[in-house]
Amino acid sequence: MSLRFAIVVFPGSNCDHDSHYVAETILGQEARLVWHKESSLGDVDVVILPGGFSYGDYLRCGALARFSPIMRDVVRFANNGGVVFGICNGFQILVEAGLLPGVLLRNSSLKFVCKYIHLRVENAQTVFTSQCAKGEVLQIPIAHGDGNYFTDQETLKRLEDRNQIVFRYSDATGAITDEANPNGSLSNIAGIINERGNVMGMMPHPERASDPTLRHTDGRKVFDSIVESFVSQTQLT
Amino acid sequence: MYHSKILVTLRQSILDPQGKAVEHGTHSLGYERVRNVRIGKFVELDVDAASREEAEKITKEVSEKLLANPVMEDFSFTIEKK
Repeated sequence: MSLRFAIVVFPGSNCDHDSHYVAETILGQEARLVWHKESSLGDVDVVILPGGFSYGDYLRCGALARFSPIMRDVVRFANNGGVVFGICNGFQILVEAGLLPGVLLRNSSLKFVCKYIHLRVENAQTVFTSQCAKGEVLQIPIAHGDGNYFTDQETLKRLEDRNQIVFRYSDATGAITDEANPNGSLSNIAGIINERGNVMGMMPHPERASDPTLRHTDGRKVFDSIVESFVSQTQLT
Repeated sequence: MYHSKILVTLRQSILDPQGKAVEHGTHSLGYERVRNVRIGKFVELDVDAASREEAEKITKEVSEKLLANPVMEDFSFTIEKK
């Protein structure tokens, strides 16, 4: 069985081909790039909203991509329980579209940060992290100027209570510290999932840490988890 | 036709690192009495509406749905007949 990945391409996406490469070449699944002006995703199992600078980050990051024709179908797909994964700019689009709570503000340093960071897996019982262990530390790069996650206290509490915080920025030992927080994110949040558990957004780039040629392969665990979730589902039915 | 001028500002509860950096800049210039710099956005647009009420309604909706993100921003606007 082969999974069908759809990677949405917005004007200004620049990690679309990386995601496509990981899905097709590294994971050996079917992958298709879908132009944002299309109205239907077609028959797919997983949708990736890739990183980049959709619409040049005009107005607010992700604010305009949200109105692209394809997003109507992405929202429908997500509301039907389809697996949607937003990476970096894709995460920003998901919060603007209201599929995930909160917002991504300018980095507290005001600088674009491009480097490897450490992430602690906070919830390993999701479609996106089943191949990780709770508390495991992953090394994955970030590359963003607006990754400073923020939400009100009430929403933060709800995210914590319902175990929706999937990744936090940590040091190499897994300690959650201010020094390990690259962008000022509230509570070191690097990635969150919706309540239903089918939509996740994260600022770090797992697709840039999946090919052994690039040395770091921790990101692959996220993609392997997605594939595994479908395999185990099939075995159950 | 009506002309709307919309101000989008960060909510008070949101830290504004950009404003902070500009504030430091004013202090470096010697204006140490400058405080609480906040950066926002200014948008102007025309609305082809029959009445001021309709222009207000459209401006408000556009601001809520697109120009400002209510999680982090507030907005206000003025309207004049063009």
